[in-house]
Amino acid sequence: MAAIAQRLSFSASLRNQRGWKTALIFAAPAILLFTLFIVVPIFNAAGASFYNWNGLRAPTADKFIGFNNFLQLLGNKTFQRALFNTGLLIGASLFIQLPLGLAMAALVGGRRWGSVAFRMIFFLPFILAEIATGLIFHYIFDGDVGIISVVSQWFGGPPIALLADPNLAIIGILVAATWKYFGFHMMLYIAGMQAIDRSLYEAAEIDGANAWERFIYVTVPGIASTIRLSVFFAILGCLQFFDLVVPLTGGGPLNGSHTIVSFLYYFGIGRMRIGFGDAVGVVLFVICVVVAIGYRRWVMRND
Amino acid sequence: MTDQALPAVRTIEAKVHFANPIGSLVRLLVLFTIAGFVIIPLLSTALGALKTKGELRTNPFGLPTQWLWSNYAGVLTTPHVWEMLGNSFSVGIVTVLITLAVAAPAAFAFAHLKFFGEQLLFNYLLLGLTFPFATAILPLFLQIRDLGLLDTHWGIILPQVAFGLASSVLLMRNAFRHVPAELVEAALIDGASYARIFWSIVLPLSLPILSTVAIVTFVNSWNNYLLPLVVLNSASQYTWPLGLMQFQGLYSTDWPQILTYVTVTIMPAIIVFLLAQRYIVAGLTAGAVKA
Repeated sequence: MAAIAQRLSFSASLRNQRGWKTALIFAAPAILLFTLFIVVPIFNAAGASFYNWNGLRAPTADKFIGFNNFLQLLGNKTFQRALFNTGLLIGASLFIQLPLGLAMAALVGGRRWGSVAFRMIFFLPFILAEIATGLIFHYIFDGDVGIISVVSQWFGGPPIALLADPNLAIIGILVAATWKYFGFHMMLYIAGMQAIDRSLYEAAEIDGANAWERFIYVTVPGIASTIRLSVFFAILGCLQFFDLVVPLTGGGPLNGSHTIVSFLYYFGIGRMRIGFGDAVGVVLFVICVVVAIGYRRWVMRND
Repeated sequence: MTDQALPAVRTIEAKVHFANPIGSLVRLLVLFTIAGFVIIPLLSTALGALKTKGELRTNPFGLPTQWLWSNYAGVLTTPHVWEMLGNSFSVGIVTVLITLAVAAPAAFAFAHLKFFGEQLLFNYLLLGLTFPFATAILPLFLQIRDLGLLDTHWGIILPQVAFGLASSVLLMRNAFRHVPAELVEAALIDGASYARIFWSIVLPLSLPILSTVAIVTFVNSWNNYLLPLVVLNSASQYTWPLGLMQFQGLYSTDWPQILTYVTVTIMPAIIVFLLAQRYIVAGLTAGAVKA
């Protein structure tokens, strides 16, 4: 007995000592890479946003312009439009994309006919490259050869060039985003549904609940934490939305379809106004952090 | 008594049987409609790649009257096209290898070792989960430039690894924890080092999660656009998505040609997806759910 106890305490102390050194060696590369490429740059960005800087030489004191970049930004009509468009994206996600994903999850979540095949079809767009997706929908919405326009003309309507209209181009982006991402949210919901206790459904059925009532009173409360999580992902994803904008509209026409990040790219990097672009980045960062912390604190506090 | 109860039972049964066929029909109708919304754009793209521009206008949905395979010849003879495919491939593979090499030991440390600051360091890494990639793109560009990695593939690979670390480490740590602590303990008593335990016990028991992380990392790398766009300048270094946008600029309104490029882009992805869908779905959703 004593020998075993001795051995155990020996192993425990061994564990603590050698564990410490091993942990240092094992975790160091990950921590270093993470710090070098994520943490350090964001601090640099925060600093540079107070300078009128083209990014070439280190910004000097005479280029310090305080909050000027931020003031310019807030007064910029294109940036206001980009904020509005990003808000539209969030709205379309929450009120079209996610409900569509939830409805499809309800229809293909179980073991009914065709469920697995439909699941795969709905999820497929999520793994395709954004650039390819954007080009596909650029074609669909093209005023000359696009499907929408051609079908409209079949029925005697006018040709429709959605992406050529500064006010409507964003709708094309919303449709493409819905197409690409609703299947991802559907998969999240399906994963959540599989954790719901079967007996709840049986109990509801005995109580006479129909399919719709079982969905509303058992399924939805059962996956409430998953829904809260998917809302969180949807909002953060919309705030960072960029890749689909480039092949669809490039932010045009007349800068009508920019998002926050496409604005950052075209007006910051594209025009080598690093300080100005960093100010956009800082605004976006602050929005994201406020959303993330606020959401976790107020909405997801019990998850 | 029984005579009275029976009709009630029968109506319930009747209701159930009556409700099912109509319910199923509506369900299928909805499913096929949404499936059409998903598939029609893909199908008209793949078919459009084989049509003339004139036929795109008259016959957007049907099979081509003449199968114009020559569009594919146009793709294959474009300068740099093989180079770009090769670039995307090698960038993806190296990103996967480094991600595994860096994330797995860290995940092991967080799963099975006790050390000072463990929780703090782990939370520090997890910041990366809610950290928007896009906000950092400008400073990241400067950082890459200062490291002398601009216009090199390392300038894409290392940041990709860094941004994938949070979810990779989280996924792996959760899986490594399923290896019983008693097993690790027993191996320690037998004199095995942690490195040996990691390599000979934990890794072989965790192959599914390693495959999942590998595939998801590769897909993300293959599709990445913003980072290569900012980092790369020379066409010989371009990855495929950059090439794709360049082709669009080149052919502007020659839609059949552009659709051919798009088809070439999405076909491998669809095939890989069908082959490895279990891992892909698990990885892309589990990473999200467990966050």
